Amino acid sequence: MNLTRVLVCVAIMAGVTYLVRMLPLAIFRKKIRNRFVISFLSYVPYAVLAAMTLPDILYSTASMLSALAGLITAVLLAQRGKGLLTVALGAVAMVFLAERLLPLAGLLNM
Amino acid sequence: MSNSNSLLTLRKGLYDGLPICLGYLSVSFTFGMMATENGLPAWVALLISMTNLTSAGQFAGLALIVSGGLYLEVAVTTFVINIRYMLMSLSLSQKLDPRMSTWKRCVLAFGNTDEIFAVAMQQQGEVNAQYLTGLILTPYFGWAAGTLLGATATGFLPASVRSALGIAIYGMFLAIIVPPARKLRPVAVTVALAAAVSCVFRYTPLLRNLSAGWVIIICALIAAGFAALRYPVDDAEGEEGAS
Repeated sequence: MNLTRVLVCVAIMAGVTYLVRMLPLAIFRKKIRNRFVISFLSYVPYAVLAAMTLPDILYSTASMLSALAGLITAVLLAQRGKGLLTVALGAVAMVFLAERLLPLAGLLNM
Repeated sequence: MSNSNSLLTLRKGLYDGLPICLGYLSVSFTFGMMATENGLPAWVALLISMTNLTSAGQFAGLALIVSGGLYLEVAVTTFVINIRYMLMSLSLSQKLDPRMSTWKRCVLAFGNTDEIFAVAMQQQGEVNAQYLTGLILTPYFGWAAGTLLGATATGFLPASVRSALGIAIYGMFLAIIVPPARKLRPVAVTVALAAAVSCVFRYTPLLRNLSAGWVIIICALIAAGFAALRYPVDDAEGEEGAS
């Protein structure tokens, strides 16, 4: 593998990623006044996060069943207003538990 | 007239970055492992993580580096996969303390990942530089450390733990979107619509071939666009939907 070529690739990746992130932040310094744009931008985080979570969360662990168990746990914890760390750790713990328990119940071959 | 939030300290930022750091460990561990398995030196894997700080973009870039992709291909692929950051940075630009200097914005822009963006947007009022710095530093450390561990000590994290950690980021996302979705109907509609469109793209032949970068943009345009038309926010600051 040619190291120079690899490093040029890394520089290109880093440069493009940075510019995409930096330009809108540097350019849009003033508050936008357009009501539609303001509304749109205020809903963007929820839309982006929802689109990234579903259906990807179902494929984020070793099996869809354990992921489903983690998803349900996360939603239940989140509904009770638990913090980010609690919800994340709760889902992780449930996935870990499910992947130990499900094979015992014969539901999962691991 | 400023609603800058003085509770947003560097320390709080570092603390709020913890769940992100945790989620990043497993992803970057996988990245580090894949990089060295494909013949890259560990220090190059670390260099990629420390200069890119993005998951999907790095995995795609790695694949192109290994398969001998053209420079143009690397540039276009990185751009397409990361185009969602434009929307996020635009959204974040409205959330930052307007007094934040341009050079600070330019530096902090480097750390605008999906997860850091999500947590920053969740804060009440305007976000200052100290808080955002903290919020970036903890995950940045996790991203770099995970990469190095994966690249050097393969097998340090057992597969069972890595599998379980895989859900951490998504658990965090749910912790952010579920509570407001229960309280505010516009948010619930946005979330449901975006998730539905995302599933359509995942499971429909032909549409499923579209890169994840475009899918997220399309979902955001449709869902946030619909919600903005149907439920325009009253407040000039746009805090209603965002907080």
